[in-house]
This record gives sequence, C-alpha cells and structure tokens, in this order.
Amino acid sequence: MFKRSEQDKRPPVKIFVDGVAVAARQGDTVSAALLASGCDARRATAVSGAPRLPYCMMGVCFDCLVTIDGVGNRQGCLVPVAEGMQIEIQKGKREIGK
Amino acid sequence: MTVAPKREDYDVVVIGAGPAGLAAAATSAEAGLSTLLLDENVGPGGQVFRAIASTPVTDRNQLGADYWAGADLVQSLRASSAEVIHRAIVWSLDRNLEIAVSIGGASAFVKAKRVILATGALERPFPIPGWTLPGVMTAGAAQTMLKSSALVPDGRTVIAGQGPLLWLLAAQILRLDGRIDRILDTTERGNYFAALPHAFAFLTSPYFAKGLSMMREVKAKVQVVSGVTELSASGDGQLASVSYVAGGKRETIPVDLLLLHQGVVPNVNLAMSAGVEHRWDDLQLCWSPVLDASGNSTIPGIAIAGDGAGIGGASAAVVRGRIAALAAVEALSPAAAAKLPAMATLRSDLAKAERGRVFLDTLFRPAPQFRIPSGETIVCRCEEVTAKDVLDSVAIGATGPNQLKAYRRTGMGPCQGRLCGLTVTELMAQARGKTPQEIGYYRLRAPVKPITLAELAAVPKSEADVKAVVRG
Repeated sequence: MFKRSEQDKRPPVKIFVDGVAVAARQGDTVSAALLASGCDARRATAVSGAPRLPYCMMGVCFDCLVTIDGVGNRQGCLVPVAEGMQIEIQKGKREIGK
Repeated sequence: MTVAPKREDYDVVVIGAGPAGLAAAATSAEAGLSTLLLDENVGPGGQVFRAIASTPVTDRNQLGADYWAGADLVQSLRASSAEVIHRAIVWSLDRNLEIAVSIGGASAFVKAKRVILATGALERPFPIPGWTLPGVMTAGAAQTMLKSSALVPDGRTVIAGQGPLLWLLAAQILRLDGRIDRILDTTERGNYFAALPHAFAFLTSPYFAKGLSMMREVKAKVQVVSGVTELSASGDGQLASVSYVAGGKRETIPVDLLLLHQGVVPNVNLAMSAGVEHRWDDLQLCWSPVLDASGNSTIPGIAIAGDGAGIGGASAAVVRGRIAALAAVEALSPAAAAKLPAMATLRSDLAKAERGRVFLDTLFRPAPQFRIPSGETIVCRCEEVTAKDVLDSVAIGATGPNQLKAYRRTGMGPCQGRLCGLTVTELMAQARGKTPQEIGYYRLRAPVKPITLAELAAVPKSEADVKAVVRG
C-alpha cells in the first residue's frame, strides 16, 4: 500500500510484529511502521471481529489499537517505535492483564 | 521527553502544539508568564506542521513553503521559556481550570490561571458504504505518513472527496513519486454558483494563486473525475474496488488504497467536556464554540484558538493563538502586554488571514449524501452501528444523541464520538425534522481519552478525596 521514499535516510530500528522481526525507521510511529512493513497488520474489532487498519493516523479514530510491549489498546499512531519493541496485532477485545 | 510537569500551578496552560498552540505558548512565555504547553504528539507541529522538527522529507519544495513556515514558530517557542511536554494526553479539564494529563502511563494534575485550548481540527467523517474496510483511510492519514515518515502510496490509489487539503496531498504524493490512479471530485455543481458571490474576496486572497497552481500540477498527471456521486468501497476483509457515478454512468475500479476527505471540523471533545458552550454552524456544518473576539469561551479562563475555534486554516490559527495569549497577558500581567503587538494589529492580521474562507466553505460544503448515510452504512465505527440502526432507534423513541447511547452505544466506544458525532446529529435531525442545534450533541465527559483503571487508581489522593466517597 505504501512505500518509503528514497530520500528517507533515518536510521533503522528493529521491532517485532507477532514475533517476526520488522525493519522500521527511527521516528516512525508503530502504525506507520506496520503499514510500511507489508505484513498483515489488520486487527479484529471488539464488537464483530471485523478486520480494520488505521484510518486517521492522528489519534482520533482508535482503529490503530495494538498491543505494545504487553500493554493492549495502545494507539499505534501516537507511539514512536523503539529498538526491540514487541508489537502484537490485537484480535478482539483487550485481555485482562494485558 | 516523557517527564511530568515541573510545577503544579501555571499562569497559562496551552493544550495542543499546532499553529495556534505554538504561537500562543511562545507569546505567553515571552511576556514572562509561566507557561506550559501540553501536546499529544511526538513532536511539535500539530497536523499542518506535523513532524516539522523531524521530517525525513528535506527537499523544501516537496512539502512547500506553507509547511516550512512552521519551523519559525517552533524556533520562537524553543527560544522562549515555555515548558513543553510531548506525548502528553490531556484527559480532563474542568471549570476550575484543573487539568489532568497522562504522561508515560502516569497522570499528573496542574492548575492554570488561564487555559488556551488549541486542539485543532479533525477530518469530517466520510460515512460511505465500506469506509471501515482496511485500505480506506483519510487523506490526512496519508499526509501524516508522508510528512513524518516519507511514506507514499505505491499500490492502485484513488483519492475521493473535496477541499483544499485533497489537492495539496495529491501534489505532495506526486512530488515524492507516489502513485495516484484517479481523483474523484465530489464537489456539488451547485456549490460553484453558491460560492460565486464570495469569489472576489477569494480571488484577492493568497489561497487563489496557490490553489490554482496546485490543481494544475495535479491535473497534468492524474485523471480527475468531477461531479462524483454514490461513492462506495467494497472488498472482502480488505478494500478491493471503488464504485461511483459520474456523468450518469456508474464505474467500478479495482483499488488497493482509497483516501477520503471532505474538509475538517473543530475537535471539540476537550472543550465540550469542560462545559464550553458550542453552537451548530450552518455554513461549516459542525459545532463551533461560542467565543468573544479574543477567543474567550463561556467558561471564565478558558480560551480557544486555532481551528478548534471554527475552521480558519493555519495562518488564521497562528494569529488566533497570539490573540488568545495577548488576552491572557492583558489579564494577568498588564504591564507586559504593552511590549507585545497591539490587539488591533492582531485583529487586522486575522481579518487578512481569514479572507477567502467563506468562499472555500461554500464551495467545499459537503453534499448531504456524503454526510447523512442510509441503510447498512456504518455510522459509529467503534460500536459498529449502521444508519438503519440509528433510524430504527429514532422510530421507537430515541430523541437525540444522548438517548441513542442507551439504545445503541453510539459514541461510547474509544473514539468517544469523534468519528460519528456529526453524522449522528445530522441523521437524527433529518429523521426527526429538526435542526442539528435542536437535536444537540453527545454530553462529553472526562476522561476524554481512555486511560487505564490502574492509572486512575494510582492518582495521589488527599484525605478529603477519600472522605468524599467512603461512608462512615
């Protein structure tokens, strides 16, 4: 869906999406890194399980909800990536203790 | 970056670091007032100047001069004594000017003598069939990715809707070698005639030449279809095609990415939750706060600047930020106000910046069919409530958005009505034969952004707080 412009010279940052290593760039938000990665980042909604991807990328729609380093329901579009960050695509409701 | 505020009390707390917030915080701090700027994003800029201090798109021609104007604002802010905290989620503001803010998973509380809300705008909901499919995003979302991460569409891409941002985004995507297959212009033909009486102000405003050259740049490279109606997206778990009618003919094209845009509306959640009175704006078709000429709201001490005060664009937002800050300085430190630009000068700057706005609002007024959906089209994305669900609830007695919550949970999901509120108001108004003003809006309450119970429980409590809720 999206490609990186060649002029982007930001250093790489390695994150893990459901355990698989993904190359992001310093300054990417989690959502931008997921959309750039080409992996299937579709979450499943809490109500019907419908697949969704980020819609607004500016913190208002909450369709980017994702589990980051074990904490569920984070807005991926507001959180910058960090080396070694563990992302889990959230399927359904946030779980207790997560 | 994620440190708590240094003090508990400030003269001025500004919320939002877009054009208005940057200008307001710098002005207030330069006048010697203790100033705190709280912002949700990783860096300054808001949406218009997003990633201004970090963008990998360094060729200045690609994002354009209007974007880079934001760098000066950031520089003035950094040269000032204002305390700035990013990734700070303000989740409560009350009429005592007490602010609760979540920073790095812990909440802090600050009190202000004046609060300037600069929470800006968000894109108007665009509820067409299939708008929740993966692969459908807002134009603003694509622009955010372009500015902050130099990401551009590379699959089959369609941009649909209307308004200045749509053309700016298209030009920027093309400059960065991204792909756009088609632009579907949904501007109603009648709007051109309606806008005509306001054309003189527009033709003599800076918008005109810039807009024209941008549209030429885009039209030279991309097929543009005008007069588009009956737009819909479809696919099985992923966007596969876009369908529309133009010139009496239906067309369906395979697509990987659909970018929607039909203007922006004030982001009202924090202001409304504080109790600021809002009125329905019949021209801009949204809720706008009731403000005086200095941006003061109906709650003493709370002012609103920028697009949150009614859509005016970035240049107007900067001036409104300065006006609101000057009003705060005049109230708290009159001697310092004398050293700032006079209010009369700022008001004339504002009139200049707002020139041409009525023309744009009239020309790009979105059509009823793209604001008021029907049938199985989803209205509330969070709770997955359709237009038919809303109308069925009206039929059995739901009178307004707040009653509808009990019937259908609309607006009670994590977005708290940001993506459905306007649609629900207009849909119910139409169904009940009332005006949006009569129908009203959700009663918004803190926390205006979700926080965890654990974070709430960890908030320091005084003995009085405990006594207020514990019996005996």
